[in-house]
Amino acid sequence: MTRVQESSDPRVEPKRPVHPLAAPPESWDYATSIEDASLANLRDRYDLWIDGEWVKPAKKLWFESINPSTEQTLSEVAHAGPTDVDKAVRAARRALPGWRDMPASHRARILFAVSRLLQERSRELAVLETLDNGKPIRESRDVDVVLAAQHFFYYAGWTDKLDHVLPAGRKAEPIGVCGQVIPWNFPLLMAAWKLAPALAGGNTCVLKPAETTSLTALRLAEILEEAGVPPGVVNIVTGAGETGAALVNHPDVDKIAFTGSTDVGKLIQKSLAGTGKRLTLELGGKAAHLIFDDAPLDQAVEGIIQGIYFNQGQVCCAGSRLLVQESVERQLIDLLLARMQNIRVGNPLDKNTDLGAINSEEQLAKIESYLEIGEHEGATRRGPQCELPASGYWCAPTLFTGVTPTMRIATEEIFGPVLSVLTFRTPDEAIEKANNSLYGLSAGIWSDKGSKVFRMIEKLRAGVVWANTYNKFDASSPFGGYKESGFGREGGWHGLFPYLK
Amino acid sequence: MASQPSYHSEVVAPSMNDLPPLPSLSVDEVGLTARAAELGRRSIKKATKLEGIRRALSMVDLTTLEGADTPDRVRRLCRRALQPAADEAGLPPVAAVCIYPRLVPVAYKELLGSPVQVCAVASGFPAGQVPLSVKIEDTRAAVENGADEVDIVVARGSLLSGDWQRVFDEIAALKEHCGRAHLKVILETGELGTFDKVAHAAWVACSAGADFIKTSTGKVAVNSTPPTALCMLNVARDYERERGRRIGVKIAGGIRTSKEALHYLVLVNETLGPRSLTNKWFRIGASSLVNDLVRQYKKAMHGTYQCADDVVTD
Repeated sequence: MTRVQESSDPRVEPKRPVHPLAAPPESWDYATSIEDASLANLRDRYDLWIDGEWVKPAKKLWFESINPSTEQTLSEVAHAGPTDVDKAVRAARRALPGWRDMPASHRARILFAVSRLLQERSRELAVLETLDNGKPIRESRDVDVVLAAQHFFYYAGWTDKLDHVLPAGRKAEPIGVCGQVIPWNFPLLMAAWKLAPALAGGNTCVLKPAETTSLTALRLAEILEEAGVPPGVVNIVTGAGETGAALVNHPDVDKIAFTGSTDVGKLIQKSLAGTGKRLTLELGGKAAHLIFDDAPLDQAVEGIIQGIYFNQGQVCCAGSRLLVQESVERQLIDLLLARMQNIRVGNPLDKNTDLGAINSEEQLAKIESYLEIGEHEGATRRGPQCELPASGYWCAPTLFTGVTPTMRIATEEIFGPVLSVLTFRTPDEAIEKANNSLYGLSAGIWSDKGSKVFRMIEKLRAGVVWANTYNKFDASSPFGGYKESGFGREGGWHGLFPYLK
Repeated sequence: MASQPSYHSEVVAPSMNDLPPLPSLSVDEVGLTARAAELGRRSIKKATKLEGIRRALSMVDLTTLEGADTPDRVRRLCRRALQPAADEAGLPPVAAVCIYPRLVPVAYKELLGSPVQVCAVASGFPAGQVPLSVKIEDTRAAVENGADEVDIVVARGSLLSGDWQRVFDEIAALKEHCGRAHLKVILETGELGTFDKVAHAAWVACSAGADFIKTSTGKVAVNSTPPTALCMLNVARDYERERGRRIGVKIAGGIRTSKEALHYLVLVNETLGPRSLTNKWFRIGASSLVNDLVRQYKKAMHGTYQCADDVVTD
């Protein structure tokens, strides 16, 4: 069972002359295929989208939005203060009766049009998202934009069937004005997740994108207008934490929906206590990804890669805590490390790229601090030696072996391409370890045995459990957490509850 | 897998081969198919494409396996094998000429002193439904007449009925009669039904002494597909890691375009690595593929397709 680097050729000496291509190539590198950045159609400066118009911020302040893969400035984005937020909330309040009382089929038609326009402009949106966020074009093209369009399509279909979502005899009514604060990891997709069910339910919205990734939300404003969403129904206020706080604490907002870190989620929940405002939170995670010894290992490796290196690991449901049955640990780690050699890190606009840039300097510093913590705690840091670009924020795909449950890298959310590998011996131990977390957003299981998979699903305390796959999303499937991963569900008809009375 | 443990016999000689080959040889069809398709989207252009086409051509086992094959037909095929296109000096000869045993002396004479190998299908190709003694004689005759490589079919009836021992024994027996010739074992994956079965069959073939594992005969409805090839490449990689012997992989049947061939090369590149991008470790059993490789090479070199007859076909 010893590992052999280069085994001997079983053939005896050749009786023929050597074939001219007998020697293997050192490498066979794929051709680069760079998407055209000019498709993003960037403006030099973006104002706020309030009441169907571009409005300059009251304090005349703008901040730079940069491309994290080059550190070059892409554009300037308005900084919304309390006055601007107030203006946006008033616009949403004024627009509420018209939107709520519009024939449902008419609302549906508009939302279908949004979905169609997202598809028509998918290439432009994908390039813009990749420039602003740093994610590979392959993902923005095949995941973000596609799912955003699907979300509007899905909820457009519910618009005239809302009464069927609630228990028989109850009439569905919108909550009112919704304040929605979204993160930077899936900027356009999170905007779609928040807006589509709210609009289908007849609510009006004030959306605040993350300060590092405002551009696709602002482009979405153009699309909403073109699709026929009336002025004031969706307002977009850009800015940082204080803009979000102004929105959350505005007295005339009926509901807050937040996706982001658990720390901020807790602050929001505290500040909303006693106000009567409704709240849904989609927060952090440290998902357990369970690999049993009867799993199809090669496909499990693909699932692990998809689970932790998708979107540079900046995914709240990332499979960041790998729990491997001890009897397959050696094989699995061997396969995983070999597979990691094939991960291409670099220009996110290259269609071959698998791993793009980390979204911000701040996030990169956080990830790097965890790399140090992991080494300091005694875990072994492994992964390919990648050549990283000179400018921009980059982190090579990494995994830690020899991780024990007490280490910080095993319990805290890193939100980067860093995998912690732990082991278990029996299914019961796997469950115990998987559930022993403050979080409970998602989990994954790899096993060939259906009965085992179902038993695990019953016992795992996580909002989403993937079996023999990972990080698969669909608009019809509810998503949300247990414990400190938040409450409320997005997606599916469950995703309408938070937006209906 | 080598010998099934017998719970009835008194003595079971312990050996490494009695252990299961891996903790798991199971394959998830959905994940495998998705991965194989994803690898078909790598960007193969310009220099990458030229290099890929030359490599693919050097891996071809130029094949004719018809009842209508004649010595003259085989002679023509051999000339093609040695020089796929007279007007493109940059193109290498193919790896081998693959024929029925009766025609081996013809090919042997034509290919003497060249780097192109003579490959014979034997063991009652393509169904393999003949007694072992006939399979042995078939194989022995091919080798004696000068075959460098022998492609045999596994007893897939035994394989489907679960008689792994017989599958193993037959391969091991034929390996003994191959002498210095190289043994390629055809699994006929299109008849196995699941990828679990493909992986197990591949592992048994490796442990019984195969130098190469090969997808198919080209004589059934489903032949080589990218997921099948990926599955077998994974087994070859696992076998080397666990047992220390390197195994080659041959795909065959239905591969007609350069695009398909390059897709398979990507599969090799990303499972076994570039060190296996030679005809020593990867082969493509095909006939008309050579025409398209030459045509696409000319297009990549000169920028245009000339006309339908710009490639001499045979």
